[in-house]
Amino acid sequence: MKIEAKNVNFFYGPDQVLRDISMSIKKNTVTALIGPSGCGKSTFLRLFNRMNDLIETAKLEGEILIDGVDIYNKNINVNELRKTIGMVFQKPNPFPKSIFENVAYGMKVNGITDKSIIEESVEESLKQAALWEEVKDKLKKSAFALSGGQQQRLCIARALAVKPSVLLMDEPASALDPISSIKIEELIYQLKASYTIMIVTHNMQQASRTSDKTAFFYMGELVEFDDTRTLFTNPKKERTQNYITGRFG
Amino acid sequence: MIPEKSIKSMRRQKILLARLQTITRTRYYKYQDIAFKYFGLFCTILGIAILVLFLANLIYTAGARLDWGFMTNLPSRKAAKAGIYTAWVGTLWILSLTTLIALPIGIGAGVYLEEYNKKGKLANILEINIANLAGVPSIVYGLLGLELFARFIGAGESLLTGALTLALLILPVIIVSTREALKTVPYTIREASYALGATKWQTIWNQVLPASMAGIFTGMILALSRAVGETAPLIVIGALAFVPFVPSSVFDSFTVLPIQIFNWVSRPQKEFSVNAAAAIIVLLSITFMMNGIAVYLRYRWQKKIKW
Ligand SMILES: Nc1ncnc2c1ncn2[C@@H]1O[C@H](COP(=O)(O)OP(=O)(O)OP(=O)(O)O)[C@@H](O)[C@H]1O
Ligand SMILES: [Mg+2]
Repeated sequence: MKIEAKNVNFFYGPDQVLRDISMSIKKNTVTALIGPSGCGKSTFLRLFNRMNDLIETAKLEGEILIDGVDIYNKNINVNELRKTIGMVFQKPNPFPKSIFENVAYGMKVNGITDKSIIEESVEESLKQAALWEEVKDKLKKSAFALSGGQQQRLCIARALAVKPSVLLMDEPASALDPISSIKIEELIYQLKASYTIMIVTHNMQQASRTSDKTAFFYMGELVEFDDTRTLFTNPKKERTQNYITGRFG
Repeated sequence: MIPEKSIKSMRRQKILLARLQTITRTRYYKYQDIAFKYFGLFCTILGIAILVLFLANLIYTAGARLDWGFMTNLPSRKAAKAGIYTAWVGTLWILSLTTLIALPIGIGAGVYLEEYNKKGKLANILEINIANLAGVPSIVYGLLGLELFARFIGAGESLLTGALTLALLILPVIIVSTREALKTVPYTIREASYALGATKWQTIWNQVLPASMAGIFTGMILALSRAVGETAPLIVIGALAFVPFVPSSVFDSFTVLPIQIFNWVSRPQKEFSVNAAAAIIVLLSITFMMNGIAVYLRYRWQKKIKW
């Protein structure tokens, strides 16, 4: 197993937002996290690159293993961990710098200074994120000059440039138009070959199109976790059935 | 029994009345708006007019005095031979030294308070004190500078003492404006940096500081343009002495433009007040220029970065 969560409970101060969640995820698969707003999908996703550490009141019980290693172990260097677990956020959040610098930043903080390595890697990442053709002539231009969809693919390229093995995506297409959204979906499909991907989405079609497995969360609990096709065509729980058919949520 | 028709018409009347009332009320608000607009305009024009009159008067009295010789002559007992060479060189010295001292300390303190110790008790205490310090009369800073830098440290009546004192004076402003500038950098940018494995320091150094640099520099320049005009604290530390030479090190005594002006104004001979007016033009030009740079930076920044 690439990623494992074992009996995870999570608290913001006194509020418990995740309840006894266990989940195993295979290498090179896409896992979709679905569920109504506020059910804890983002919180769960952010456990895997320890972004929740930035919140003072956050408290975790249970274990999160990546490649069999407990990432909340005292000996783990959080910054090193985050380099192996890439993250893409809901709203495109490029740095106020050039396109090139955006992609190169991760390598820079990694201590890579060799110009040719950086240039090569920037190109490769932009190609992987299906953005190279659109920006190859304006790498020096500000990232803010790109469209929303292009910015999001830039953010994906930026995450890929540090060579992670896992990619966490929190509603990566929700702020985008339908065409950009489809592009991101295609991208996810291609990236699956080299990365293990977890994606939070509110879009049922997106979940069923892009993912191999789907996890349905409800009020901090993992209600159902199964093959995407099974979960969408033949859910075992009534709650899941109601949610995916749009009867609540 | 009241016929249904009349009930209807009564209701209609009521609605009409209510509508009329809202119309008059909105009209009233509109007049209020217009009245305030013109009042504001009047105040602005009044302020600008006074300033323009003042400048025109200055240029009229002293425009002719403002020649190359005036800029390059040393001070003299004869008004016609006296120049502001030592004064503007001193002002430049003071400006650069003050920047050199205040900038790193101010930015460092601002970053520490905003990024590293946001909720600490120390930050709270410091925050209140910094706000208070910004309001302390400048002469008090002069006295502090005299005791601390001139006497205790033993820097004497030197450029160093002057710059340290002025740096102290503008530090609160720089710290506050640094914090404000840092606050404008959205959390999503920090998040993006952390998610790539950057440390807190790398995030601040590579992302947060560059994104807020223009704001920090704007605050810095405005603070310095205040320091350029400060007279009281420098008089207290002894910069009023007659200085017939240009300082060559930070331990030399010095004079600055506002002190030269003060000096000339307080002389009985009329010709010296013309000199003072000419020096005021130079001083104002420096201040305007600095404010211009601040405005330009702000403009450039807003155009380049929209969150
Ligand atoms: N920083 C925080 N401090 C305290 N409570 C938080 C914090 N972030 C989230 N919560 C709470 O935790 C719960 C789960 O939030 P989370 O963001 O994980 O939900 P979500 O499933 O991602 O929702 P959405 O679909 O709206 O993004 C919510 O009740 C939320 O109010
Ligand atoms: Mg969320």
